[in-house]
Amino acid sequence: MNVSIQRTKAFVTDYAIYIVLAVLIIGITLSDPSFLSLSTLTNILHQNSTKAIIALGAAFVLITGGVDLSAGRVVGLSAVVSASMVQLADYPRKFFPELDTLPVIIPVLLAIAAGLLVGLINGLIVSKLHVPPFITTLGTMVAVLGINSLYFDMPPNSSQPIGGLRPEFTKWGSGTIEIGSFNLPYLVIIAIVVAIVCWVIFNKTRLGKNMYAIGGNVQAAHVSGINVSRNLLWIYSIAGALYGLAGVLEAAKSGGASNNYGNMYELDAIAACVVGGVSTTGGVGTVPGVMVGVMIFGVINYGLTFIGVNPYWQLIIKGLIIVAAVAFDIRKYLAKK
Amino acid sequence: MIATVAEKINLLEMNGISKAFPGVQALDDVTLHIRAGTVHALMGENGAGKSTLMKCLFGIYAPDAGEIRMNGEKLHLPDSKAALQSGISMIHQELHPVPYRSVMENIWLGRFPLRGFWPFYFVDGKRMRRDTEKLFKELDMDIDPETITGKLSVSKIQSLEIAKAVSHNAKIIVMDEPTSSLTGNEVEHLFRIIAELKQRGVAIIYISHKMEEILRISDEVTIMRDGKKIGTWDAKELTTDLIISRMVGRDLTQRYPERSNVPGEVVLQVDGFTSSFPKSFRNVSFELRRGEILGVGGLVGAQRTELIEALYGIRSLASGTMKLHGKPIRIRRPVDAIRHKMALLTEERRVTGIFPVLSMLENTVIANQKRYQTSYLLLEESRRRKDTDDSIERLRVKTPSAKTQIRYLSGGNQQKVLLARWLLTEPDILLLDEPTRGIDVGAKFEIYTIIAELAAQGKSIVMISSEMPELLGMSDRIMVMSEGRLTGILDGNTATEEEIMKHAAQHTA
Repeated sequence: MNVSIQRTKAFVTDYAIYIVLAVLIIGITLSDPSFLSLSTLTNILHQNSTKAIIALGAAFVLITGGVDLSAGRVVGLSAVVSASMVQLADYPRKFFPELDTLPVIIPVLLAIAAGLLVGLINGLIVSKLHVPPFITTLGTMVAVLGINSLYFDMPPNSSQPIGGLRPEFTKWGSGTIEIGSFNLPYLVIIAIVVAIVCWVIFNKTRLGKNMYAIGGNVQAAHVSGINVSRNLLWIYSIAGALYGLAGVLEAAKSGGASNNYGNMYELDAIAACVVGGVSTTGGVGTVPGVMVGVMIFGVINYGLTFIGVNPYWQLIIKGLIIVAAVAFDIRKYLAKK
Repeated sequence: MIATVAEKINLLEMNGISKAFPGVQALDDVTLHIRAGTVHALMGENGAGKSTLMKCLFGIYAPDAGEIRMNGEKLHLPDSKAALQSGISMIHQELHPVPYRSVMENIWLGRFPLRGFWPFYFVDGKRMRRDTEKLFKELDMDIDPETITGKLSVSKIQSLEIAKAVSHNAKIIVMDEPTSSLTGNEVEHLFRIIAELKQRGVAIIYISHKMEEILRISDEVTIMRDGKKIGTWDAKELTTDLIISRMVGRDLTQRYPERSNVPGEVVLQVDGFTSSFPKSFRNVSFELRRGEILGVGGLVGAQRTELIEALYGIRSLASGTMKLHGKPIRIRRPVDAIRHKMALLTEERRVTGIFPVLSMLENTVIANQKRYQTSYLLLEESRRRKDTDDSIERLRVKTPSAKTQIRYLSGGNQQKVLLARWLLTEPDILLLDEPTRGIDVGAKFEIYTIIAELAAQGKSIVMISSEMPELLGMSDRIMVMSEGRLTGILDGNTATEEEIMKHAAQHTA
């Protein structure tokens, strides 16, 4: 009897986030059975694909024991950069009136490179100047908004929302592949591919192992011959590139961009990570966990709206879940000490 | 020296104190009697039980047996707070003030004088300042109460801690190696404060390895060995030689494995190693042979860890060269050392060794990842797994599985995992810093066996140890350091504990 209670406890502790997700889905379905449908699933996945990519970037940094506040503003920067170069040739308020029609890949790569560059700078400041990640990325977060706004304010655009994006670009954000009667959004496919690549990096490469080691005990990592600063450079750069990619996709999804894109996305990403079991003290976290964390917030947003819960109440519920998830998760480490 | 106001009756009595930890009897029926207004020195090798005894007095450990009486009254000390309230204070070897706050705030921390009425209480800064000034005046200390504590020298911070103890109305102040980071003048100042305290009837329990110091300021000396009290003597009856022989006079009770290693040609040659920090090691030269176990002995503060970490590229050098197989090399970072087939088992297992939240497997293979990388930059899981399984078998690691987080393993098993980590890198030179520290007796023997096997395979081993029998039982040669200087290299087969202790105490005036 005692053993079975212990086992149940262990099971609940280990799979707490999955249980929370299941409870949410069951609760919402009981309230409105029409929630359980293929279109609900597609909608939730589509809404949360870019969030998943940002959360994965944030997870890289969190696992090393850092935190990246610049994520949201980098999303905004790369959204504006990519959108500014993929407008229709005959669009009246073009960002670059003289610009020829570029192959879509060029603005996309430039925007991702912009994200990567911010990440690289974060990495340099953290690893070479030893500024704490919180402060470093707080600084770049503010500065990136400034840079993005300067760019956005350049005449003739002068801070007008950028619109009229070419369909070859926007299809990546809103297009779907038909599989029988089911329409799978490109965005979802991209997010899944990114998640798989991240999983491989986390679990199958030296970089991934070093990332866990640095977060687990940075001094021991140093003694073990890990080049801590080089690994941090890579990790912050990859995170930046992922935010860059997410920004491109945000622009494609909404068919436009402004300098306010991505505002506060870093907080959603960090929330999804910690709810998904990533430790804010470093060394712990998995890709499936982060994905479930994103999905929990996706289901809350979509499902609670679906059954007509007041949006302000939704915020309160989200806040409670963040704190409760971590309070619960931390018990794993406290209890067994 | 100022005459003491020593009374015949005992201020403090610790009677028949025993304390066991898994695998070790740390204290065995120890009795310590302290008289008011005296300095009572507590001496013994590292691991003799001094700290454990003091931790029992300070409420950090609960003794398994025995009683503590103050002025004849039995004390119940569940925690440090109770000890403080009973008039027992401790000046730790490492001081922990709040660096960014003022001196007076540090002294009255947790018991600020308040004024006002419910619920409007404010900290009474004026009174705090007045009380602090009064306190400093009594102790003849010249510190502005509003100085930011972090700006003070180590010695001033230490006198601050003493003042804090006095402000707690301490009747007994324990000082653990109080002079280890002080200069000559600062030591004199400390001794003046101690004399003042004695006059006020405060008893001081003084822990130190420095013989001259002990003979100069203490009234009585208690010597401990292997968790037992050897005896208490009037300091006037003692000499340095008498103390040393009473500290170490012991039979080799622990067993060590048979060693079949034969030291061969010189592998590593170290010349004139000098730290970039003036108080650390200087001008150390030695050589290390193939298949040799070179023990490194010395007391706390001998700078052995610093030396060995400099070899490995963790600490910086002002000057000095090293040759590996006759070729000059420079090691600036651990990566360089690993490339030259060196490995370092650090002293602080938890701080610089294990990755607590990672699995035993990840902890084993972490220094060796390069070798598991395929041409696609991926890691080959099967080989990581196999190396871990082999290590578990070879070093007899007791773990539920390779996936268990290392923090759930015992200290001895963690140490074996760390050894395994380095053995996978196939090092030629192993630097072992207190390899059996905090490990129970059974696991110790297993670690000794592994070390002996490695030496027999031709690996060169440098082993820092603060346990004399371990040094004598395991080393081919023993290099002894004192206060950053190399004071002798002894033959491991003929050396005695007295010899090592003499060399170790050479510069600890």
